[in-house]
Amino acid sequence: MENREVLLQVKNMEVTFGHRKNKFVAVHGVSFDIYQGETFGLVGESGSGKTTIGRAIIRINPVSAGEVLYKGQRISGKISKELDAEVTQKIQMIFQDPMASLNERAKVDYIVSEGLTNVRKGLSNSERTSMVSNALSEVGLLPEFASRFPHEFSGGQRQRIGIARSLIMQPEFIIADEPISALDVSIRAQVLNLMSRLQKEKGLTYLFIAHDLSVMRFICHRIAVIHKGVIVELAETEDLFRHPLHPYTRALLSAIPMPDPDSEQEKVLLVYDPSCHHYEDDPPVWTEIEPGHYVMANQEELNEYRRQLSQ
Amino acid sequence: MDYQDRKVILSVEDLNVKFNLRGKVLHAIRGITLDVYQGETLAIVGESGSGKSVLNKNFIGLLDANGFISDGKIIYYGMDDGNPRILSDFQKEKEWLTIRGSEVSMIMQDPMTSLNPLKTVGKQIGEAVRLHQGLKGAALRQAVIKILGDVGIPEPEKRYAQYPHEFSGGMRQRVVIAIAIACRPKILICDEPTTALDVTIQAQILNLLKKLKKDYNLTVIFITHDLGVVANIADRVAVMYAGDIIEIGTSKEIFYESRHPYTWALLSSLPQLGVKGEELYSIKGTPPNLFKEVRGDAFAPRNPQALAIDFEKIPPYFDISPTHKAKTWLLDPRAPKIEPPAVIQQIRAAKKGGAEYGE
Repeated sequence: MENREVLLQVKNMEVTFGHRKNKFVAVHGVSFDIYQGETFGLVGESGSGKTTIGRAIIRINPVSAGEVLYKGQRISGKISKELDAEVTQKIQMIFQDPMASLNERAKVDYIVSEGLTNVRKGLSNSERTSMVSNALSEVGLLPEFASRFPHEFSGGQRQRIGIARSLIMQPEFIIADEPISALDVSIRAQVLNLMSRLQKEKGLTYLFIAHDLSVMRFICHRIAVIHKGVIVELAETEDLFRHPLHPYTRALLSAIPMPDPDSEQEKVLLVYDPSCHHYEDDPPVWTEIEPGHYVMANQEELNEYRRQLSQ
Repeated sequence: MDYQDRKVILSVEDLNVKFNLRGKVLHAIRGITLDVYQGETLAIVGESGSGKSVLNKNFIGLLDANGFISDGKIIYYGMDDGNPRILSDFQKEKEWLTIRGSEVSMIMQDPMTSLNPLKTVGKQIGEAVRLHQGLKGAALRQAVIKILGDVGIPEPEKRYAQYPHEFSGGMRQRVVIAIAIACRPKILICDEPTTALDVTIQAQILNLLKKLKKDYNLTVIFITHDLGVVANIADRVAVMYAGDIIEIGTSKEIFYESRHPYTWALLSSLPQLGVKGEELYSIKGTPPNLFKEVRGDAFAPRNPQALAIDFEKIPPYFDISPTHKAKTWLLDPRAPKIEPPAVIQQIRAAKKGGAEYGE
């Protein structure tokens, strides 16, 4: 990962829902960079705002403050029509539940090619068909499947259709929102392998959103841990697993089920209690504690973390 | 755990379950023999469609209307009068009412859909308590509040009067567990209780189940598709494939000494054990079509190292230890020596050397 080029920048992003009285801030001033060709993981519990960040990047949810830069260009807020079309094509999304994210009444052919009708106007029918069969074979499905309906497929195959639908747009950046949470363990492996193969072949960049750190260790280069709309720790995957600093990261790590009865039955489950912080007089700041390892902590905690790292 | 003189609470003998579907017959459970011991946690692991839920629905009389037991017996030994009950012979709903809830109880997968949205949580738990313990009024309320506390719901008095939509996913699953244990069952069947939950909540629910098992003297049958989850909770693990148990043993035997190629495949496909940058092992193909009679070892067509005999003859159980047996021809003395995949060898080596793996 030398000479990394920043593909996507998120700067102080804030996302709010509702108005005045019912205002709810889902994402509090989040910032991170995603480099070209990497898999960036965003991990947190339900309700932490991880999906909202993904949706805000792809312009489904408007940001209320801060900005998103794609290749240095601002893509949040009001942007020109041309840029909007470009962003729609270059950034694609894979959804969580393959049972719910495909139109039950449309054939695979239509589901996969629907996006093209927007950005490639005047595409002839035969060109479109060949693009669909290409996309299907890339994800390991037969081109004949194009004339079938989603209910004829298993969960793993449906998720492949979801991936084919984003690939056909020739994206550079894919937001994968819990793409394997709804799948069986044996099918998970197939989908993870497919995603890493496509990344190698096409130089894709992924934002991988999940709640399960064990999967992320396998696929992600860097991981950001998010809790209640605030990123609390960000590091290269192996650093994060070796030296987890923030108590929330530790709690998440302790929750990973390991296929090892000996260590599992002695395991102590850590539960994160936000009241362990004393932020009243000394508010936390986002600090780079090691090269590439960021943590949200106040001065007192930082001293403690530095002591832990030096050991 | 000592299995020498354990009391059997539930016994399944050569069970065959079939379904009538669109004029065809689907053979969902193909001759399962299984003993469940009192006080143990038995995990049943398998892919979707392997029949793990169907098997367990037989224990509680919830088999779909088009399904039937074509052969075999299920015997329950846990009744207070000491007489065994043959569950597979039950015809009437009235007979099932003596078992369901008070003897065998079940937790379903999705806490979002298994509660009634129109009734308060307290009422829903109270129904079960009233029916089985005959409590009323203030005593009923007290009993329900105690159960809510037992399953780890904070402020049970306040939560008693709330509706399911006011609870988070993890808290709802606790309510579902509360309903299941409210009638003081002896066997608790958990059908993928944590699949729909976050990893952190999953760990908490697993801890809760362990605690309840002690407090309420339960025998737990834990169904899941994720081998990674059961190391924490299971005493014994049964691996199911295509309607049959292909390997069963204590948790340590399955994780450290597994013998069936399908168990190897399941373990190897866990991302926890994967090496970054390399392909994760994935099982090729799909499970067999159970509308047709399966010939030989059902896993053979997906097993790249299958032997010729695997396609011809169903392997019998080979005993590896008194608690560990597997249905694979690889254990026959005449079979060629086939090395398990690299991940399994690493596990074995690490365990022999006493080192940690997966760290």
